[in-house]
Amino acid sequence: MSEIPSDLRYRESHEWVRIEDDGTAVVGISDHAQGELGDMVFVELPESGTSYEQDEACAVVESVKAASDIYAPLSGEIVEANPMLEESPELVNSDPYGEGWLFRLIPSDVSQIESLLDAEAYAELQED
Amino acid sequence: MRRTPLYKAHLANGARLVNFGGWELPIHYGSQIDEHHQVRHAAGMFDVSHMTVVDIHGPRSREFLAYLLANDVAKLQRPGKALYSCMLTEQGTVIDDLIAYFLDEEWFRLVVNATTRDKDLAWMERQGAEFGVSIRENSGLAMIAVQGPQARDRVASLLLASDATAVAELKPFTAQHFGELFIARTGYTGEDGFEVSLPAGQAEDFWQNLLATGVKPCGLGARDTLRLEAGMNLYGQDMDEDVTPLESGLGWTVAMKDDRDFIGREALESQQVNGPGRHLIGLVLEGRGILRSHQRVLTDRGEGETTSGGFAPTLQKAIALARLPVGAEAACQVEIRGKLLPARMVKVPFVRNGAACEGIL
Repeated sequence: MSEIPSDLRYRESHEWVRIEDDGTAVVGISDHAQGELGDMVFVELPESGTSYEQDEACAVVESVKAASDIYAPLSGEIVEANPMLEESPELVNSDPYGEGWLFRLIPSDVSQIESLLDAEAYAELQED
Repeated sequence: MRRTPLYKAHLANGARLVNFGGWELPIHYGSQIDEHHQVRHAAGMFDVSHMTVVDIHGPRSREFLAYLLANDVAKLQRPGKALYSCMLTEQGTVIDDLIAYFLDEEWFRLVVNATTRDKDLAWMERQGAEFGVSIRENSGLAMIAVQGPQARDRVASLLLASDATAVAELKPFTAQHFGELFIARTGYTGEDGFEVSLPAGQAEDFWQNLLATGVKPCGLGARDTLRLEAGMNLYGQDMDEDVTPLESGLGWTVAMKDDRDFIGREALESQQVNGPGRHLIGLVLEGRGILRSHQRVLTDRGEGETTSGGFAPTLQKAIALARLPVGAEAACQVEIRGKLLPARMVKVPFVRNGAACEGIL
């Protein structure tokens, strides 16, 4: 069984979001998603300063198996892409909720978080 | 789905299983990339029991295969010798690729792909009728490929001392029976090693014994990246019944020097007159990104397409096989999700015996 931290919110397409104390939102992919995709070999991240609407494709993760689009779980402006992933995409596999985070954004409407799944609902989704 | 005799062992080893042409087989046992490196640097083993073993019996077996196959079984003079060949349609296109083993004058063994089993057997039956040969699938065998620089020593360590000496002396592309084991010095990884066929009932013990000597289980995922680095074609992906061996980097496997009559010869000869317009060649992506199959390739002589692509763990670069116009400049572009990225054509293999080949990096 994959790990699903209870303090995060999830998109059905397996992205997770964590709202930090400074109000920014960190985004990554779930343990379940990295397990399904297999070893990561390339991550294409959005540039700082670009803005995305909720549900817009904004990044690509490529594993040995396939390329997958990553969708913005919240609308907002990108402020940082994980600089470690260019050299070490495997961090997405080894630490999907920690060092393997993808990008950080400033949400333009933090109430959108309510439209995302909580841990329990996301866990149910995986059981289906 | 069909399961091999090693199914339980795969579960016990933590395999992630997938449907591969109707067979439930491991894609990896944790990390595909670790398994890839294991084979390049030490020894790994693959369950390839899904491969189809076909035994050809009868006094006219050699004559039949000389007609059936594009490579010439006349090259097989010593018992145990193996030959890689395509089996072609009358149009010269590829029905399957296979390995033929010469066991004795009345017994040859073919190992063909699992995904093409039914059409291969039907084609052989049809062509074999006039030669009076018996064509029988040997479905009672399991097959384990043990590959990597330490593979041969590991296998030898499991045999009787007298057999161990003989197996150590087995030449590349040669096979021999050792009791009920049929050991061939062949593989699909670009590394040294053996492919061992054995009675299904003995497969699990043999697998566990290999595990105990330090050979790590590897899945279909690593098998695919290893063969791609080794520049070896995958049937159904890099060639099929729409292309000839001359368009698939396999001209070297077609024996046309003498006047032997074989299926597809006429078509290949007429294709040779003008030269095939396309050929299969290696690509290395210059920058960051991943090559996949069916990406568009732009050259100065027109367009082509990747047939297999992926991240090459040994090279830490993206590589592909691509079918491209003959005579194009090496510098080309590949379309990846709407962007054109620079790539370079290279001669395959990309990797042999653990290291990048000259001109690849």
